[in-house]
Amino acid sequence: MPGLIGKKIGMTSIFNASGKNVPCTIIEAGPCVVTQVKTLEKDGYEAIQLGYGAKSERRTSKPMMGHFKKNGLAPMKKLVEFKGFDQELSTGDEVKVDEVFNEGDYVFIVGRSKGKGFQGVVKRHGFAGVGQATHGQHNRLRAPGSIGAASYPARVFKGMRMAGQTGNKRVTIENLEVLKVMPEEGLIIVKGAVPGHKGATVLIRK
Amino acid sequence: MDKIKDIANKLVEIQDWPEFGAGDTVTISYKIKEGNKERIQQFQGVVIQRRGSGITETFTVRKMSSGVGVERIFPIASPFIDAIVVNKRGRVRRSRIFYLRGLTGKAARIKEKKTFK
Repeated sequence: MPGLIGKKIGMTSIFNASGKNVPCTIIEAGPCVVTQVKTLEKDGYEAIQLGYGAKSERRTSKPMMGHFKKNGLAPMKKLVEFKGFDQELSTGDEVKVDEVFNEGDYVFIVGRSKGKGFQGVVKRHGFAGVGQATHGQHNRLRAPGSIGAASYPARVFKGMRMAGQTGNKRVTIENLEVLKVMPEEGLIIVKGAVPGHKGATVLIRK
Repeated sequence: MDKIKDIANKLVEIQDWPEFGAGDTVTISYKIKEGNKERIQQFQGVVIQRRGSGITETFTVRKMSSGVGVERIFPIASPFIDAIVVNKRGRVRRSRIFYLRGLTGKAARIKEKKTFK
């Protein structure tokens, strides 16, 4: 699927054509540079590798620097492979928002969700907690409750939902409507929320 | 934050409304769509707050309708607002006059702001 790498700028709300106030996220999409073209003959599959975001040479490892230097490109923060672009692309080409997305498209957005640390089951899985706060109950308010049966099966089943690290993982949001594409500013506006904090790198995929 | 506001301002156009704030009595002409027809409804009352900034700014208008207090929140950038007319400027000492909700009748009056030229 063709796509671009971008940066989440933030959320606001706009009025659509029918006058409805819709929440939306503004994303700076691209411009991305083609860093490598993978071909069936050479790599066994076809793909376009795109790069986004300037990075200092000092912060780039030597093997990566070699990859960039081979095509005479400046080092970039993020490299991602995409498939199925309509246009013919070769290394060094710049891909802009309006070449990939149109208003009314539905896109998938991949990002890293905001980290929330080690959280209990109430926040992490939406458990309701145990019982009452009164009638002699104490310290059970946000507890998970029973995690299994007794001497049979005599173990806790795998995948039991428990407390743990919440957030800070890769999340894909599917089918967000593209409300607007602003080619001069390189922006794309999608309906609804997108994972990650402001300034986070996101992938926008058709 | 500022970047969002800059972009948002480009996306939505806010019409030029007269200046008004908490304590002012205003009449809002609001377009209402019924099927294919569009008509204009008026809502007159006292502005009790303005909140937010830029295109997400809203204001709340309160009026007494047959003894019952009615409040409506309007987004300032709403395309359905046809006109805003300021009927009276009120003299109030705070920007959010929620104390008005607890008052009725004569006590709920707001003194008019006098302007000298």
